[in-house]
Amino acid sequence: MKKRRDKAWYALFVFPLVFIFTTVVVIPFIIGIGYSFISWDGMPLNEKKFVGFDNYIRLFADERFLTSAVHTVLFTICSVLLINLLGLIFALAVTGKLKVKNAARTMLFMPYLIGGLILGYIWKFIFTDVFKSIGQLTGWTKVFFSWLLDPEFALAAMMIVATWQMAGYIMIIYINGIQAMPEDVLEAAKVDGAGFWQTLFRIKFPLIMPSFTICLFLTLSNCFKIFDVNFSLTGGGPSNATEMMAMNIYNEIFSLNNYGYGQAKAIIFFAAVAVITLVQVSITKKKEVEM
Amino acid sequence: MKKFGKILIEFLVVALCLVYLFPIYIVLVNSFKNRAELYENMLALPNSFSFEYFAKAMEKMSFLRAFGNSLIITVVSIAVIIVLASMTAWMFVRTDDRLSRILFMVFVATMIIPFQTIMMPMMQVMGWARDNLHIPMLNSLGGLIYMNIGFGTSMAVFLYHGFVKSIPVSLEEAATIDGCNKFKVFWKIVFPMLKPTTATVMILDVIWIWNDYLLPSLVLSSKSLRTIPLSTASFFGQFTIEWNLAMAGLMLTITPVIIFYLSAQKYIVKGVAAGAVKL
Repeated sequence: MKKRRDKAWYALFVFPLVFIFTTVVVIPFIIGIGYSFISWDGMPLNEKKFVGFDNYIRLFADERFLTSAVHTVLFTICSVLLINLLGLIFALAVTGKLKVKNAARTMLFMPYLIGGLILGYIWKFIFTDVFKSIGQLTGWTKVFFSWLLDPEFALAAMMIVATWQMAGYIMIIYINGIQAMPEDVLEAAKVDGAGFWQTLFRIKFPLIMPSFTICLFLTLSNCFKIFDVNFSLTGGGPSNATEMMAMNIYNEIFSLNNYGYGQAKAIIFFAAVAVITLVQVSITKKKEVEM
Repeated sequence: MKKFGKILIEFLVVALCLVYLFPIYIVLVNSFKNRAELYENMLALPNSFSFEYFAKAMEKMSFLRAFGNSLIITVVSIAVIIVLASMTAWMFVRTDDRLSRILFMVFVATMIIPFQTIMMPMMQVMGWARDNLHIPMLNSLGGLIYMNIGFGTSMAVFLYHGFVKSIPVSLEEAATIDGCNKFKVFWKIVFPMLKPTTATVMILDVIWIWNDYLLPSLVLSSKSLRTIPLSTASFFGQFTIEWNLAMAGLMLTITPVIIFYLSAQKYIVKGVAAGAVKL
């Protein structure tokens, strides 16, 4: 009797969420795999033709998709490095004895809250008109011109905006790691005569490896999946030079109306995200030291 | 002399931080200028403070309406996520059987799925529900809230699960002996103890839902239902030539965020740090 009542409570507590979650995430994910094997233009009345693995085969000869994949990888590597480097420097700077450290933290973290879409629009103005006008004022037109019209500079612009957005966020996580460092270990290092760089590389870095794992995981997956900044800053242009994978999938499905083919890309995208993040976490986890 | 050096460093750090925030300065100063003044010098302070462009942008963006929509969506989505995810996570921990473990595993595993992988089939499922079950899932605030809940649960369940594991079961047992049913035990005793995690979930979800663009852009097509990111995007598409107006629009959208940040800064930073857990 009691058991049955427990089961009823369990269902009452768990069922609503599991139901919503299943209809929004689980079922779409599963039927999404099915969609990747058909050819369909998204019109409900039009035929859905089963094409087997054709979509997946086609994908490896799709130059626009492959270019977007290369750009995504390039963008991700550079941005992850920049964000973590800057985030770590910020964190080290604002955990010292400075009186203004709280104000500094407040300012550095602010961009993260504004959201990728709006940030992209703000920087769009800067990279086009503000840069052009600085170029005219100073005469340094080699650096200050409309970056978003040049394929390579536009990609660099994406990296700068992503870094500006996430460096403060990553800083917060590194700060937590630095503050969790045991005082006595640092004290002991000082007593033993370790210098600034020695302490930094031999003691501090190994001790913040757990934060490093998290930061790398967050920046890797955020950069690889970037969409909002891409959409508002460059829109994929000039001539698709900055189209990242997430945007390529979006365009394939909702602009070119290749629902089945676009979904095959989306499945590959999922596989790539899963492999990259799992490999990264397992590698950096091994390097963490046990206290 | 040494003291002077220290003060200099403090000033330098503040100055560097201000330089870091120059994009916000650019938006602010140019939102007050007229077109001619903007093109004269984009870095200079405005000559006169006219709120004309703010008023115009506010009207063109239907700002108040968009703000209201965003507010409803954010508040209701988060309230439901917190209620349902905390109950579910608690049950998962306290009923440690195979079913709980499998369900929890599924919740956590799906956190890795990018939105782009789910978006199209999800739209098909929601379209199906609208056509066959006559539930207005598409182009309605309720539908978007439902989907937000679906996407927000994994993270919330994961965070609550971790916290519930750390609280002792003895209090709950005592309450059960006193005749409380599970509902009462949870809401009277457990939920208040979960406050730190509730704050974390709230902060993370505010940042996500308030700024979310792609999902609302797929779900909401009516102009009157637009959220802040949606109305900014459509406004910006129309007024890229009138940068001063566009800047006023952007200033409008970031002002509430900055006010929210400055008023709840401590909780936000704490929440963001606590939410950064590895899988």
